[in-house]
Amino acid sequence: MASKEALAVAKKQGTLGYRIKQNRACYVMMAPYFILFFLFTVLPVLISIALSFTYFNMLEWPTFNGWNNYIKLFLEDDIFLISLKNTLIFAVVTGPVSYMLCLLFAWIINEFSSKIRTLLTLIFYAPSICGNAYMVWSLILSSDRYGYLNGILIKLGIINEQKLWMQDAKLILPCLIVVQLWLSLGTGFLSFIAGLQTVDKSMYEAAALDGVKNRWQELWYVTLPAMKPQLMFGAVMQITQSFAVADISIQLAGNPSVNYAGATVVTHLMDYGSTRFDMGYASAIATVLFLLMVGTNKLVQKVLGRVGE
Amino acid sequence: MAKAAAQTMKKRYRFFKPREKKLNRSMAGNGLLFFIMAICGFFMALPLVMIINNCLKPLDEIFQYPPKILVRNPTLENFTDLFMVMNDSWVPFSRYILNTIIITGFGTVGHVILASLAAYPLAKHDFPGKKMLFSMVVLSMMFSWQVTQTPNYMIISWLGINNNYLALILPACQYGMGLYLMKQFMEQLPSSLMESARLDGASEYQIFWKIVMPNVKPAWLTLAIFQFQQMWGNTGAMFLRDEQLKPLQFALQQISAGGTARAGAAAAVTFVIAAVPILFFLICQSNVLETMTTSGMKE
Repeated sequence: MASKEALAVAKKQGTLGYRIKQNRACYVMMAPYFILFFLFTVLPVLISIALSFTYFNMLEWPTFNGWNNYIKLFLEDDIFLISLKNTLIFAVVTGPVSYMLCLLFAWIINEFSSKIRTLLTLIFYAPSICGNAYMVWSLILSSDRYGYLNGILIKLGIINEQKLWMQDAKLILPCLIVVQLWLSLGTGFLSFIAGLQTVDKSMYEAAALDGVKNRWQELWYVTLPAMKPQLMFGAVMQITQSFAVADISIQLAGNPSVNYAGATVVTHLMDYGSTRFDMGYASAIATVLFLLMVGTNKLVQKVLGRVGE
Repeated sequence: MAKAAAQTMKKRYRFFKPREKKLNRSMAGNGLLFFIMAICGFFMALPLVMIINNCLKPLDEIFQYPPKILVRNPTLENFTDLFMVMNDSWVPFSRYILNTIIITGFGTVGHVILASLAAYPLAKHDFPGKKMLFSMVVLSMMFSWQVTQTPNYMIISWLGINNNYLALILPACQYGMGLYLMKQFMEQLPSSLMESARLDGASEYQIFWKIVMPNVKPAWLTLAIFQFQQMWGNTGAMFLRDEQLKPLQFALQQISAGGTARAGAAAAVTFVIAAVPILFFLICQSNVLETMTTSGMKE
């Protein structure tokens, strides 16, 4: 008898309604954030996805045109394919490299004493906080002899005449990658620094007793596993940033850039969205980019699951 | 006894060697790291150096061609120029400052609190719908904001908060990044910490304010830096029509858009626009880095 009653109680506790009631406090705590989130993020995203199946010029009511935007995107739009290629190169190079740089610099900074640490963090975060900091690169990469890079290379005798860094189709992408790497110590970097502060110090002492001999071993066996949540966060931020590169390309190489050598998916999107007022097509581009990022995210999360093993 | 002795030892040790001691460190490694940081630091500091030098340049140096990064005859006349332009403005400049304080203040504090409140159950409780809500937040960051701007504008119009501070503050409170960041940090906290408080009869809110938040201080200070930067950079030009509602950023950008005649004031504006978030950054970041020495709450 008793076991039957227990079973009934257990059944009751297992029901969805009971579990929702049990966690009422949780839902109340989350409510303010998620109400705003649904209004200002979920709804706009859903509307955008719906718009990607329409022709919408932001003046007239959108007209449904089925898969046409997507068909045009992959079969007729050569520039989209170029921009997709550029974005993939960008993401494959800058994504992992700048992720590593963020981690490396955060970790090195953590090695210094606390007074120097704040200063170093500021210096390395400076490109992200100084608004249009990449304008310094338009001085460096200026295509006349007065550009800093040209000047130095000519003086050293490495090149004979100035290079057109931002007008030569072959040079644009490599230059943009360098600038992007320079700019990339942002969100992920600061969260790694904060993450390093929360690693329990007694773990280092325990590890030292267990035979960890140098700082490199300590990094792999103690620090990295301890900050796995931050590593995951950094990876997602890295994906969203390296796939969405647009600003530096537009500022330094122009939109459209020479022979579309600096075109990325997002510059292409902005070209259609804000220059040609074809919001339906721009939404289709955004949806494709979104799916691309979601796929990459799945892959990266799998890889990161193995850290410290 | 032994404990007290250890504590005095610790104090004395601190007195002589204020740096925290680290295990497993070699001199050669320290030297190498210092060398790397010096070289990279030089390149990373370039924008800071340029902004500071630019705002001190007299007009003839600003227009000099080829441009030089370093200033030769530093002067403060760009700032006096800026103040003169500010005094001429149509709406008193203090009004812009007040607007910025309201928008940036509520946007930052509101986001940090709402995101943390929502992150705590996601990190430390198990309830129906948890996985779905969380993955929605993460995935939402991957959709290009350029496209959602138009629907966003429509929604704000429907809500009737157009031309109102709320049009900037409410959307700012729900950015996905903040929730994700807070959730990741809260996940690291040992559950036993909360369990013992629950046994003592603390409500979920008390646990959140008294135990969770103090323990993830580095996280919310970092989030505050991001959010402040975001809010400070917002001109609000899309939603705010009344001149009396516009933030400082808008007024400053108007000044620097004044062309050649205001090149000096524009250089000063660039400095001011960068200096405020840097100041905020320094305050928060030094607190983030301080927590290391005081944290002892964890097991």
